[in-house]
Amino acid sequence: MVGIVVVSHSYQLAEETIKLSLQMAQSELTVINAGGTGDGSFGTDPMKIMDGIQQAESGDGVLMLLDIGSAVMSAEMAIEMSGVDPTQVVMANAALVEGCIAAITTASIGMTLAEVQKSAEEALLYPKVTTE
Amino acid sequence: MEMGKRIMIAALKRSARDIIDAKELLDDLDRPIGDSDHGVNMARGFSLVLDKFDEFEEKSISDILNGIAMTLISNVGGASGPLYGTAFMKAAHAVKGKETLVSSDFVAIYEHAIEGIKMRGKSDRGCKTMLDAIIPAYEAFKSAMESGSSLTIAAEVAAMAAEEGVEYTKTIIATKGRASYLGERSIGHQDPGATSSTIIIKAFADELAQQ
Repeated sequence: MVGIVVVSHSYQLAEETIKLSLQMAQSELTVINAGGTGDGSFGTDPMKIMDGIQQAESGDGVLMLLDIGSAVMSAEMAIEMSGVDPTQVVMANAALVEGCIAAITTASIGMTLAEVQKSAEEALLYPKVTTE
Repeated sequence: MEMGKRIMIAALKRSARDIIDAKELLDDLDRPIGDSDHGVNMARGFSLVLDKFDEFEEKSISDILNGIAMTLISNVGGASGPLYGTAFMKAAHAVKGKETLVSSDFVAIYEHAIEGIKMRGKSDRGCKTMLDAIIPAYEAFKSAMESGSSLTIAAEVAAMAAEEGVEYTKTIIATKGRASYLGERSIGHQDPGATSSTIIIKAFADELAQQ
């Protein structure tokens, strides 16, 4: 099953996003909170993200959900340092909350890494507000 | 003049202390166009760097630079962690196996570090980032060296060019990082990352001038 790593500048934001998303999970899956820095302040930590990738990888790949700015830079660095096959660790070009809900839902029903990534990225396109 | 490990360590320690001393300045610069934490993030990283110098004493210059890179990557928190981490890691690679550094080694350090920062930040000169200080410093350093200046003079010229680069960042729109959300409102503010880079470049010049 695809593993999920959530990287936010805030540990709590990642934690609540994961909890909210897990309501939709159809089975057990590995979701790692790699948000915040080691000392609990706002920010991202490439080493913490690297550990998260290694924990989440079980052979079917890892999808990463990211918030803003340095989350992407830290995640790229973490992928390089993790030693995991870089084709098996993918950063979703997705909104954090919407993407996380979609990714956890689709990963939990056994979809492939490419499918889980697509669902997270397409969650951006799902209309919230429609004008009649 | 050559720069042996002793002077290199002194310059790196001075850089760390100067960054820590500039904590409030860097936070203040980051307030109007960022998230007000560049100073506190950099000071946290470089305080831990300072603590490591006891174990660094036995290491090669390249390993010291790598040790600084890993400390910054793990502890800085903001974008400056991966950016400075990458810069120091590339610098370490540029001087692998060297016991003393001459001017051409610093050119290599600049070139590797700039390449690393561009790659990591997907950025270039003119985006209101640290590159707007580091690239002019590199160019000034290289041309001073090519015209026969000593390492001390070249480092001083580089520091002046970096300071001019910081001034230049006041005149341009940020296109990278959170400051880019502010668009034209970012004009008039100097870039905190360009400022912290200049502090490090200046610390090297100051240390060499004192030797």
